[in-house]
Amino acid sequence: MIESQDFRETTPERLIGEVQGMRDAGYRLVQIGATRTEGFEINYSFDRNLEFVNFKIRLADNTEAIPSISGVYWSAFLYENELHDLFGLNIKNIHIDYQGHFYRVARPAAFAEKPPPPKIKRAVKPTAGTEVKET
Amino acid sequence: MRTIIPFGPQHPVLPEPIHLDLVVEDETVVDVIPSIGFIHRGLEKLVEKKDFQEFVYVAERICGICSFIHGMTYCHGVEQLMKIEVPPRAHYLRTVWSELSRIHSHLLWLGLIADAFGFESLFMHSWRLREKVLDIIEATTGGRVIFGSCKIGGVRRDIENGTLREIAAKLRDYAVEYKDLGNVFLNDLTVKRRLCGVGVLSGPDALGLGSVGPMLRASGVAQDMRLLKYAAYGGIDFAPVTAEEGDSYARCAVRIGEIFQSVEIIRQCSEKIPGGAIEIKVTGLPEGEFYARTEQPRGEVIYYIKANGTKNLERLRVRTPTFANIPPMLKIMTGCQLADVPVLVLTIDPCISCTER
Repeated sequence: MIESQDFRETTPERLIGEVQGMRDAGYRLVQIGATRTEGFEINYSFDRNLEFVNFKIRLADNTEAIPSISGVYWSAFLYENELHDLFGLNIKNIHIDYQGHFYRVARPAAFAEKPPPPKIKRAVKPTAGTEVKET
Repeated sequence: MRTIIPFGPQHPVLPEPIHLDLVVEDETVVDVIPSIGFIHRGLEKLVEKKDFQEFVYVAERICGICSFIHGMTYCHGVEQLMKIEVPPRAHYLRTVWSELSRIHSHLLWLGLIADAFGFESLFMHSWRLREKVLDIIEATTGGRVIFGSCKIGGVRRDIENGTLREIAAKLRDYAVEYKDLGNVFLNDLTVKRRLCGVGVLSGPDALGLGSVGPMLRASGVAQDMRLLKYAAYGGIDFAPVTAEEGDSYARCAVRIGEIFQSVEIIRQCSEKIPGGAIEIKVTGLPEGEFYARTEQPRGEVIYYIKANGTKNLERLRVRTPTFANIPPMLKIMTGCQLADVPVLVLTIDPCISCTER
């Protein structure tokens, strides 16, 4: 069975309202995670009786302010401190704010560095009987 | 008068480093501030440089106890992205190894909790029984905790049907010893005095704080990711083991119940396993994003995989069960006695190695 993957787009301004709605509907906070793309993507995941829902926020850079959801889900403070320490995200009003000392990492916000450019897609190997021209 | 007592990162009950600042009034803990990050490895970042097929080895090394399920969850996520149909026999073999992992992990935990409340002979007895499960794992995979058996598209090793039936029979014999062991944990007066009514977590609190695994099920919430029917769980008859009390005793009872459940799942697998191939050839490259969720011995683990059609993944994010169980641990420690702190830390079955992936 393939689990359904429900991704919904939202913005920092609408985030608290969306998360409060999930809390009121009895959803459990599953995780918060970020991805470095051209900018940043943050996914907020929720579960209720194996029904899995994700809210996605897209940011141009990591200086943009994001409200903390630790006032709605107290346990979010761990994820939000992690996002701050690894991605340098600017999360406001975290319930317990470690001020960048949650992870003892050698380089601050190391995950905010852009990934190396994608390598060229693998060449498809010719199957038997295919004529291969010398270049 | 309030005093702050540092607990960890080095402490006899902690096999791995986590630090807690315990704010105490006399002998009562009134607040707890956790601190982790002593051994953060940044394995998630490594995915940008390693071939997605080779990364199975890294995923398996995120944890030294539930390593197989880490590797399997990673493979499951990539297979879903690439729409790979894994052969049914491989699904059953993955299920067998997952359940063997669960048995040995829970026996390990029983030993650790016995050690935490000072019952040394019970600790040694638990680990003696665990060693027999490790022997089965070693015989079928060649490794004791790092199996190296899972790959994208199936598994690397087969177990003959006759051998699988022998394993099921062996485990049925071991279950008699597990029952004796479980009786001590669940009926011994001194053990009950250390566990009953200690660290109570209600069902709504467990859900609200994001608990997973036995921590959640011991508070009466029947949530188990195996109900998502990944691997061969769709063809297996089982129901989540739960308890209602939400205390340390209930968490112990749930884990003991799950040992017997795993024995039963392996028995069903030995009877239902189909013949056929154990792997298929993988061609192409993954593209898209997927959340893979499976049930480890400690609870739900999540692998978020984002791929861009190259051989290196764009992002791998692992949310381990211990990470999710830290907030509930803080909740149950608030108001407890200082002497109960080691027991309460262990009742979440902490795996800091996973948490600091």
